[in-house]
Amino acid sequence: MAFVNCENITLSYEGRDVISGLTFHLEKGEYLCIVGENGSGKSTLIKGILGFVKPTEGKIFFEGIAQNEIGYLPQQTERQRDFPASVREIVISGCLNSMGWRPFYSPREKNLAARNMERLGILELSQQPYNELSGGQQQRVLLARALCAAESLLVLDEPVTGLDPLVTRDLYDLIRKLNSEGMTIIMVSHDVAGALKYADRILHLHHEGYFFGTRREYEQSPFCRMLRLGGEER
Amino acid sequence: MTQLSGFLSYPFMVHALIVGLLVSVCCALLGVSLVLRRYSMIGDGLSHVGFGALAIATVAGMAPLALAIPVVVLSAFVLLRISEKSKIRADAAIALISTGALAIGVMAVSMNSGINTEISNYMFGSILALSHSDVVLSVILAVIVLLFFIFFYHRIFAVTFDETFAKATGVRAGLYNTLTAMFTALTVVLGMRMMGALLISALIIFPPLTAMRVCRTFRTVTVCSLILSLFSFTAGLLLSFLYGTPAGAGIVVTDLVFFALFSVAGAVRRRR
Repeated sequence: MAFVNCENITLSYEGRDVISGLTFHLEKGEYLCIVGENGSGKSTLIKGILGFVKPTEGKIFFEGIAQNEIGYLPQQTERQRDFPASVREIVISGCLNSMGWRPFYSPREKNLAARNMERLGILELSQQPYNELSGGQQQRVLLARALCAAESLLVLDEPVTGLDPLVTRDLYDLIRKLNSEGMTIIMVSHDVAGALKYADRILHLHHEGYFFGTRREYEQSPFCRMLRLGGEER
Repeated sequence: MTQLSGFLSYPFMVHALIVGLLVSVCCALLGVSLVLRRYSMIGDGLSHVGFGALAIATVAGMAPLALAIPVVVLSAFVLLRISEKSKIRADAAIALISTGALAIGVMAVSMNSGINTEISNYMFGSILALSHSDVVLSVILAVIVLLFFIFFYHRIFAVTFDETFAKATGVRAGLYNTLTAMFTALTVVLGMRMMGALLISALIIFPPLTAMRVCRTFRTVTVCSLILSLFSFTAGLLLSFLYGTPAGAGIVVTDLVFFALFSVAGAVRRRR
């Protein structure tokens, strides 16, 4: 059994099957990038992995981690950008999954939050208001929060959307660093070039069928040419 | 000064002060979460439903709270569901429910007695409306809401800031949403006879919005909102006592003054 397992799953969204017969396995420490056009079921698959949507057929399961131990980096909403909260308040909220019914943070959670802020280079910002940070800094804050929740699996939903090229590269480097430290990464991205540069597994979702394999295999496959030549083909 | 010392010699004033301060605590705490999640209109919608329910209860000769509490709590769940489903249709749906309930209430009261003071009291509130049982009820509600906020503070923050992430890490967002809606409904019903159906939602919206002009973290916004709420209520009540105006209006005007002051302070701070 692999670390992340999707066994012949069918997922539906608003009564329509958007993914059917999808099977893939991911080993611990691998870096998977999910690509595909809009509407190909990328977000639905993320919802499935996070347990928000149950597959109508097949199953998704993990080896060695619980459902709530996935570190998730959602797409930012407009509402969050001007939310009054300090960096620390946000980061430490990632620790809630390991607290059971305990109402207050203990030194364990405070240390975990501090350690992850340090890991991402935002420790000196910890008292800063989140809504006064730059887009790249805000992503680091949300990533630190995800790290508080996750020991070994991160799910990133379009993490570089809206960031400028320099900040995008920084974030990719950071994600690669986390990956090289043993973190398993599942990332949804529009940025195929970025995906091909860093990921070692590619899952390409398409209205008819899908591709799953290594980066090398993907580069040889018709799926890759389809995205590169046709772009967002309709 | 003599007028002020007479302030507390009226039992109804003491009732109004206790109920009002406790309702203010609930409103300020619930308001922070509601306003930040763009659910400000829910308080307004609920107060109109409350008006309709109170009017019908009066006409039918029922105990007002016995009808108003279940009806408003039920509407709170409905409004929350609608708001979660779709942001665009939500405000139309809330407006529909508000005006519909208001119209039913006005019809009920007019057909029965046609007494305009009754409608006016419901709309703009009256501090004479509060009884000893209201005091007891508001103490119970305030204690529950306060405990809810203290013990689940971090989870409420997580759900308010990012419901999706909170759910992914196993926080039961649905439970907190349901409890918030229910407490808001109870607070609105208790507070609206004093504040008035048209003004009770100001207690929910003004303190958090005012606090956010200046404060930049969730904790400071919550604390500041609480203090502002208590202060505005006391000042507003005194104002109405001295000038013989409806309490609700006096309190909202005080809120408005603070909002203006904090907005200026916030603008000055950002300029520097």
